[in-house]
Amino acid sequence: MSTIITPELVDLDLPSADRAAATRALAQRLADAGRVTDVEGFLADVAAREEQMPTGLEGGIGIPHARSPHVAVPTLAFGRSAAGVDFGASDGPAHLVFLIAAPASGDADHMTILATLARRLVHASFRETLLAAEDPEVAAAFITQEVGS
Amino acid sequence: MRLVAVTSCPTGIAHTYMAAEALSEAAKAAGHEMEVETQGAAGATPLDPAVIAAADAVVFAADVEVRDRDRFAGKPLVTAGVKDGINRAPELIAQAVQQAEAAPSGSTATEPVPAAATTEQHAGFGTQLRGWLMTGVSYMIPFVAAGGILIALAFVIGGAEISTKVDGGVFEGTEYPGIPNLSDVLGEAGVAGLMYAIGSTAFSMLVPILAGFIAYAMADRLGLVPGIVAGLLAVEIGAGFLGGLAGGLLAGAVVLAMKRVNVPRALEGITPIVLIPLLSTLIVGAVMIVVIGEPIASAQTALTDWLDGLSGTNSVLLGLLLGAMMAVDMGGPVNKVAYTFGLASLASGELTIMAAVMAAGMTPPLACALATVLRPKLFTDVERKAGETAWLLGASFITEGAIPFAAADPARVIPPLVAGSATAGGLSMAFGATSRAPHGGIWVVGVIGSPLLYIVAILAGVAVGTVGILALKAQRGPVEADPEVAAVEPAAAPVAHRAAAAH
Repeated sequence: MSTIITPELVDLDLPSADRAAATRALAQRLADAGRVTDVEGFLADVAAREEQMPTGLEGGIGIPHARSPHVAVPTLAFGRSAAGVDFGASDGPAHLVFLIAAPASGDADHMTILATLARRLVHASFRETLLAAEDPEVAAAFITQEVGS
Repeated sequence: MRLVAVTSCPTGIAHTYMAAEALSEAAKAAGHEMEVETQGAAGATPLDPAVIAAADAVVFAADVEVRDRDRFAGKPLVTAGVKDGINRAPELIAQAVQQAEAAPSGSTATEPVPAAATTEQHAGFGTQLRGWLMTGVSYMIPFVAAGGILIALAFVIGGAEISTKVDGGVFEGTEYPGIPNLSDVLGEAGVAGLMYAIGSTAFSMLVPILAGFIAYAMADRLGLVPGIVAGLLAVEIGAGFLGGLAGGLLAGAVVLAMKRVNVPRALEGITPIVLIPLLSTLIVGAVMIVVIGEPIASAQTALTDWLDGLSGTNSVLLGLLLGAMMAVDMGGPVNKVAYTFGLASLASGELTIMAAVMAAGMTPPLACALATVLRPKLFTDVERKAGETAWLLGASFITEGAIPFAAADPARVIPPLVAGSATAGGLSMAFGATSRAPHGGIWVVGVIGSPLLYIVAILAGVAVGTVGILALKAQRGPVEADPEVAAVEPAAAPVAHRAAAAH
């Protein structure tokens, strides 16, 4: 569990009905992996954050995220949607969705991993590689390598 | 160019770092050096004060209050939401570079606030308010300079009748119809008329720009619409720059409050684009017209009636009073009553009152200009530059030249200016100076009766105003850096009689 993401936490065919469905699918994966202790509680925290301001960003990405007491370890779930999921970005739906989960009281070292991930997200090459990744193993390995954890 | 940035967001785990990365990359791509302080959950490592001191401009991409923002006081600043930091990083970098280039050379080299001082100085309301006002003033000053100098030159070239020629009215017994179609202005009133028309147009934007950018400083881009509309309405209802100042602050406050409201998800998308601009403009506009406009109109009527009752009594007293009124709001409702009173007296052949009013209107910019020369340390860089133009504007009876000073620090500037203008007005009456021109300042000295004593009256008023400003400002002590002015080319300051005169 030392890596920020594993192949089990990747969903290359994300439910695309709306952002709640997409987020729930990814959160469930985190819970199944034992990284989130309470799916409903965590989703409520994510929704609260999403209420403040939609997390969709230009370039087709959505980054629902929260710091939550229901998170055991800083972690990430990654989903891809060919149809796109609306995350409120001005230029259209998100094709890449990163659900970022941080413990409420994580120490700075752990947070640094998430910070590194966030920094990678703005690079077009990072996004393009993930759009092209053919299976979850490749995607997870690529993210892990990029984040350097 | 060397830039610094601070990024922050509510959760502090994603946007903060994405914006930091995007800004760094954009800066690098544009060939600039940039250091970013991420105020996020992984802890913030404060920027080295030396790095801040060396920076040419600052970018805040933040959705929550930037911590210890006093560290950046005086630097050209671009503020944006954290998402803009991600989505529009190259644009923000370009804006920062532009601001750094436009900034007065002194401001980039301002001394850093010592690190130890930052915690105590944590922006009190007074500091914040001053920062907002200075931002509005700094955007307004180029309009003052461009418009004021054009108008002054128009008087120099075209004589005192130029404004009447363009706007219509009676001057020296000749009735001018005005020039309804602006495109005829060059043919009918010559180059001076053209310059007057252009200058007047630039001048008409003073108060809207002041109000708009005060609101912008408070509430970012969403503040602009209600702020500018509040300024336009302030002009329309005759509330002058003080009305604009109040309207700008109100607009900023209303937008800030609206941003805090949680809206239903369904409305989220249109909130910043439609709902906030619509509602804030409606609210602020209604307040300006109904709450401020009505009382101003009735107060003006009452003041005018009162002045009418006073005429014929003690003329020196009347001069003192009219003089004080000219400087109270420089183009606002009180100024306008005094100026209109002067015009009416002129029309009825009573020439001393017009002279007193004009003397009192020339004093404020001259007093401000002189004060910046005598004790430059008491003024910000922006103000000192405004002082340079204020000489010409004061000499031309363009009272608006003092507005940048008055708007930036009303409590310490307006009372001395009122005292100075009252002195000038009272002395002018005492000397029995007369004026056959309703404007033009020193350039119409040929139609002034007792010109030498008239100039003495003006100089005495300037002396009183200058000494008063310096005394009050010295109490506060020298200014350090300008509080986060979104810097613009500083230039000059214009005046008010145009608003007063034209109606």
